[in-house]
Amino acid sequence: MAFKVTVDLDLCQGYANCLIEAPALFDIDDDTNKAIILGGDEHDEALRNQADASVRGCPARAIVVEDL
Amino acid sequence: MDRIVVVGGSLAGVNAAEALREHGFNGELTLVSAEESLPYDRPPLSKQMLLEDMAPEKLLLKPTDWYEQNGVTVALANPARRLDSATQRVVLADDSELEYDGLVLATGSSVRELSVAHGDPRLHVLHSMEDAVRLRAEFAPGKHLVLVGGGFIGLEVAAAARAQGLDVTVIARGPAPLSRVFVGDVGQWYQGLHERNGVDVRCGSALEAIEWGVDGAVVTLKNGNVIKADIVVAGVGSTPAVEWLANSGIELSNGVACTPDLKTSLPNVVAAGDIVNWRNPIFGEQMRVEHWTNAVDQGRHAASTLLGNRDPFASVPYFWTDQFDTKMRFVGRTTGADQTNIETMTDDKLVATFGRDGVLIGAVCIGSPRQLAKYKVAIQNRTPWDEAVEASLTAAR
Ligand SMILES: Cc1cc2nc3c(=O)[nH]c(=O)nc-3n(C[C@H](O)[C@H](O)[C@H](O)COP(=O)(O)OP(=O)(O)OC[C@H]3O[C@@H](n4cnc5c(N)ncnc54)[C@H](O)[C@@H]3O)c2cc1C
Ligand code: SF4
Repeated sequence: MAFKVTVDLDLCQGYANCLIEAPALFDIDDDTNKAIILGGDEHDEALRNQADASVRGCPARAIVVEDL
Repeated sequence: MDRIVVVGGSLAGVNAAEALREHGFNGELTLVSAEESLPYDRPPLSKQMLLEDMAPEKLLLKPTDWYEQNGVTVALANPARRLDSATQRVVLADDSELEYDGLVLATGSSVRELSVAHGDPRLHVLHSMEDAVRLRAEFAPGKHLVLVGGGFIGLEVAAAARAQGLDVTVIARGPAPLSRVFVGDVGQWYQGLHERNGVDVRCGSALEAIEWGVDGAVVTLKNGNVIKADIVVAGVGSTPAVEWLANSGIELSNGVACTPDLKTSLPNVVAAGDIVNWRNPIFGEQMRVEHWTNAVDQGRHAASTLLGNRDPFASVPYFWTDQFDTKMRFVGRTTGADQTNIETMTDDKLVATFGRDGVLIGAVCIGSPRQLAKYKVAIQNRTPWDEAVEASLTAAR
């Protein structure tokens, strides 16, 4: 199964925990200080653990992982 | 295991409860909390809660129906008073008793008292939701707020108050703010940030007395300076909330003494979050970490230890702070650092690394989030100091 990651940019505070937990999925925009999702709308199951860790690790509870 | 009790209804406790269910524990699960509110998040108390009108419900860690859905019984406003390890029972303030065959201790931190205030209720502190609501209600442009203590929470309060148009004075005992964590440049950088934003920062100042009158307080420093204040806030650190464990026979030492896998000295009792003092294998160092991410990760780790996992809790601590328009993110340690390298320092950026015994142990990044992720990996891999400095020079070229 593949999954999709979204970040609620209104909630995102740019803490970068996501970048630490899941470097393959996130980057931070230097200008806006908000998270950017890497690699498009569909992610492979191999990244699932990283994705779940980023959800738990986001202090702003801004990240959502959905099954596709 | 049939009955697990989690004492402390906050970040570490909730994450422990959640992980217990995820790992398939389906027995009775009780979360004991001293507070009236369901578990909530603390970092926004000194940030968003003071800067904007944020409804306290927005701080809840889990929606109100999560507890029932996950079979977690919550005892609110009913602190644990005593632990009887011989009969495996926790005694609560209302004298009820909870039997356990697995126990997670997650009672976190208590605010350190400011001795010269003699417990006066007009002195503000900031640890709970109620504290934040009470403090915010006193904010009004033009009022003078005096902040005692130059730590992270104190500086965040100072920045939030200044942003609302209050006059703010910070009284720090050390040579610069944050001197408990950082020696030298980082504290000075923060002092500069606050001064540029109009905060009066007085370092090397010890407090002599606080006297309250009809129209506010008079704060006297040891050097004779007298400061009039409308609001006085103390942010002088916290201590592990372990008094209730005093006669339990558990080993206490700067918090609850734990093995590397977060077991305590008592059978079937683990601990997580701000109260834990354990040996972190990455640094080969005994430590207690009062950071958000640590409470999440230790809560989850302690849960799996209780269910039989034996892995040590190895982690690179991570911390952030928001002040004015800057975001600092910090990974690793500074304790015992014998080397510092300032990679970048301008008014809006600062990247500095710390080394100990020839190994990279910490990095602070203001701006520059990518550097942070890179340094976290480098610290985890125990990168030699010279190599880390060399790599940063090459990257800069
Ligand atoms: C204002 C503020 C701002 C912060 N900002 C940041 C930040 O920006 N970044 C960051 O990384 N960290 C920050 N932190 C630190 C972070 O919030 C803590 O590390 C985290 O809350 C620790 O979680 P914990 O569950 O271990 O303990 P705590 O959150 O301290 O919770 C312990 C709980 O146990 C309860 N309790 C105590 N004694 C008993 C008893 N006998 N019986 C039952 N319950 C009991 C307490 O009432 C409390 O609810 C901040 C903390 C504060 C207070
Ligand atoms: S961890 Fe959350 S708040 Fe932080 S940058 Fe990522 S999405 Fe934003």
